[in-house]
Amino acid sequence: MNPLVTPDIGLIVWTTVSFGVLFFLLAKFAWKPIMTAIDERERSIEDSLLKAEAAKEEMARLTSENEALLKQARAERDIILHEAKRVKDQIVSDAKDIAHKEAARMIELARVEINNQKAIAMADVKNQVATLSLEIAEKVLKQQLADQKKQDELVSQLLKEVNIEISDFGIAISELEK
Amino acid sequence: MYKSSILKSKIFTLLQICAVFLTLTSLSQPAFSQEKTPESTENGVEKKFEPSEVILEHIADSHYFHLWGDVAFPLPVILYTNKGLEVFSAANFEHGHQDYTGKYYTYRLIGDKINIVGANSELTESSTVFKGSSLIDLSITRNVVSMWMSILFLLIIFFSVSSAYKKNVGKAPKGLQSFMEPIILFVRDDIARPNIGYKYQRFMPLLLTIFFFIWINNLIGLVPFFPGGSNLTGNIAVTLVLSVITLLMVNLNGNKHYWKHIFIPADVPVWIWPLWWVIELVGIISRPFALMIRLFANITAGHIIVLSLISLIFVFKSLYIAPVSVAFVVFMDILELLVAALQAFIFTLLTALFIGTAIEEAHH
Repeated sequence: MNPLVTPDIGLIVWTTVSFGVLFFLLAKFAWKPIMTAIDERERSIEDSLLKAEAAKEEMARLTSENEALLKQARAERDIILHEAKRVKDQIVSDAKDIAHKEAARMIELARVEINNQKAIAMADVKNQVATLSLEIAEKVLKQQLADQKKQDELVSQLLKEVNIEISDFGIAISELEK
Repeated sequence: MYKSSILKSKIFTLLQICAVFLTLTSLSQPAFSQEKTPESTENGVEKKFEPSEVILEHIADSHYFHLWGDVAFPLPVILYTNKGLEVFSAANFEHGHQDYTGKYYTYRLIGDKINIVGANSELTESSTVFKGSSLIDLSITRNVVSMWMSILFLLIIFFSVSSAYKKNVGKAPKGLQSFMEPIILFVRDDIARPNIGYKYQRFMPLLLTIFFFIWINNLIGLVPFFPGGSNLTGNIAVTLVLSVITLLMVNLNGNKHYWKHIFIPADVPVWIWPLWWVIELVGIISRPFALMIRLFANITAGHIIVLSLISLIFVFKSLYIAPVSVAFVVFMDILELLVAALQAFIFTLLTALFIGTAIEEAHH
């Protein structure tokens, strides 16, 4: 038989023993830790990828939420600003009204006061004028009636006047008779 | 499928090489034949170069580890005879020129095989069995030494890789670890998982060990000098052991469905069952047998081609053929590099496939 295809017992024995030992050693001290480590790493990578995906989704959710919030905030701000403006206008117009009213009232008061004062002043002036007139008349009369001639003259004049008046009066009566 | 395509490609390349060579040699022979120089002679007589002898010597196992040139160190011989155990150094044989008389018998090295010769030592036996004696050669031969070196190498590599995994847990692999990881993952994702299925994890240690053992030894076999120079995976005893491991692994893990298919096949008339059992038995044996032959033949064929190409230099007794020869040897070595990985892959793949069919769940 060809030596090439004749298995040697010795080599079979040594190969079996050696391969067995190699298998045992590698399986226990190499393959087990290596395969465990690879599996663990793969699992952790998968986990991390899933987590990253979840985080991304969460992020997107938060962003959209933020945007919604922002939008809402803007809308609220607009409303508040609007309200504030309205209130301000109101206050201003109210104030204006009040001011107008107050001014009108004060003017009215002033006018009344002025009128009062004026009336008082007029009365006073009248009194004074009356007094002054009396005093002047007194003085004039005193001076006029100082001598006799003048008195007579005056009386006659006065009498004349009264006559005229009576004649006038008579004319008037005659006219009435007619 | 794989086997046939690989075989075809191998035959094809072989034919190509032969064709190129024939044309080259037929052209160059007249020119070289005139420049013949006298060869190294032994005792004045020209020693004829026998390529087949040299090639077989290189391919077969040996009791000496050839280092380079004429330097070879003798290996321990362990013999288990019917009278007892004998241990001595192969140096005692002086490369087959001397008989050695041990405690029980006288031994002679013939064609690197140990034979028992008669007491008068003039009798040479053609077989290892002398009258009334039996001999089991358990020597630490070249292949055993080579195997142990490869095992040491594998252990160093994978222990360091394993410790690297322990050192940088959860980190990217570095150095040797990052070189080995894709190969380990290749075995897992392309060999074990698709063929075995979800129960692949239990078989990973065996598949990885087989893959790396065959691959490393194929590669070591390609190195022409120490620590290479052996032909371990091209030795039928080694491939026999590997294929028996596959045989046992497949059949010890066979589930109910697998055995039911063999012994009580459904849809088969009962009277055919005996024939069916025979066929199934042949099938069980022939699958690992094919594994054994495939690995052995591929690696041995590669070695034979390389050695033949080298031998051409000595056959033509011309230095001028050397560049051509070397060019083809380089080409073959590169091809063998591919074959080394490919055969490891195929052996592991088919082992996984057989295991897969044995543990497959019933699905009909």
